[in-house]
Amino acid sequence: MSLTKEQIAQRIARELKHGFYVNLGIGIPTLVANYIPSGVDVVLQSENGLLGMGPFPTPDQVDPDLINAGKQTITTIPGSVFFDSAISFGMIRAGKVDLTVLGAMEVSEQGDIANWKIPGKMVKGMGGAMDLVASARNIIVAMMHTNPKGESKLLTRCDLPLTGVRCVKKVVTDLAVLDITPDGFLLRERAPGVTVEEIQSKTAGKLVVPSTVPEILF
Amino acid sequence: MNKVVAGPDVATHDIKDGATLLLGGFGLCGIPENCISSLVKKGIKELTCISNNAGVDDFGIGLLLQRKQVRKMISSYVGENAEFERQMLSGELQVELIPQGTLATRCLAAGYGMPAIFTPAGVGTEVAAGKEVRNFNGKDYLLEYAFDADFAIVKAWKGDTMGNLIFHATARNFNPLMAMAGKITIAEVEELVPAGSLDPDAIHTPGIYVHRIFEGKNYEKRIEQRTIRKA
Repeated sequence: MSLTKEQIAQRIARELKHGFYVNLGIGIPTLVANYIPSGVDVVLQSENGLLGMGPFPTPDQVDPDLINAGKQTITTIPGSVFFDSAISFGMIRAGKVDLTVLGAMEVSEQGDIANWKIPGKMVKGMGGAMDLVASARNIIVAMMHTNPKGESKLLTRCDLPLTGVRCVKKVVTDLAVLDITPDGFLLRERAPGVTVEEIQSKTAGKLVVPSTVPEILF
Repeated sequence: MNKVVAGPDVATHDIKDGATLLLGGFGLCGIPENCISSLVKKGIKELTCISNNAGVDDFGIGLLLQRKQVRKMISSYVGENAEFERQMLSGELQVELIPQGTLATRCLAAGYGMPAIFTPAGVGTEVAAGKEVRNFNGKDYLLEYAFDADFAIVKAWKGDTMGNLIFHATARNFNPLMAMAGKITIAEVEELVPAGSLDPDAIHTPGIYVHRIFEGKNYEKRIEQRTIRKA
């Protein structure tokens, strides 16, 4: 069985370490906040100007002046702080954010990422993604292993315009957990019941398969 | 020193066709609603608008786009706006997409009196095309220039008659940066108070950067993604 989006988020949440400052992108990455392990104290950074993002508000807590980078209404946790966009990207650029989780359209075996533009079709812009991938110390990509047409999103080289080069460290898909290594995508874990052969057939970039590939446990 | 003007029409009186504007806000959060309405009403055209986003179809900068008052947008993210996408793909509207941190820091540079900055954002991507690349300590950086804009239009929570500004929550975003970056800076505030009423320690934008200030009216503060959990 391939993982649901929630399970991808749940698996990524295990990468969070006590004391981390974490930036979660839009989509699956946002769901990671729901699975932070107990006893692991992390602070969520929202690049529109907040450290200490809390859960979504109850109807009476909604404040139009308080949103996350996905423009969703949110709340703050005790100890939170607001700041302007220059400081926000300053702390990102200076490497103060420990982990960035973001979605992608394509990832290459060298860790290049494409997620902001499909020429002639979709032009939404890069938002803060280019700044994040250029500076974050640790970047995990959360995405489906293949696109809606069934084509691999893990490639030798990205076809789409790049967001950043040689920056992704780990990819968690609905089929597998893979590390980016100098030798290519190193298959670390597979979704329960998903075979190495299936992952191989859906990975266009170079896949390195160790002798044992454990299933992801939930 | 008193920087108070009567309202948005007076505050924007010398914004002419072809002007370059910095407009504060992130999405629809913290946008200068009153001044945008005034520009729409006056029909000022051929604008270059520098703003993180382009509003939605019927609110924010989207209102200017709807009436084809914008010649060029410089933004980091422009989803959520079908009319924008139509004008861009048809070539009616020039669009320059730049990384969000680059946008913020180019404002900061202007406000700090620095001509340019080096940033790693966009190295190795099409954003780097034609730009100077410099290597510092083994890492490549792009040279990006400070913005040179005629006007900055920002929205603050509180302001005083001397132009000192305080922002609220994430409605701060680009507003204090753009306030520093305009040749002429116009601030609309939810609450205008006499000089001396604000705690000097709590002020985000020193009034020296602000040329005109007024108390705005009828803020809609539209929410793009109202997301709630059960009580």
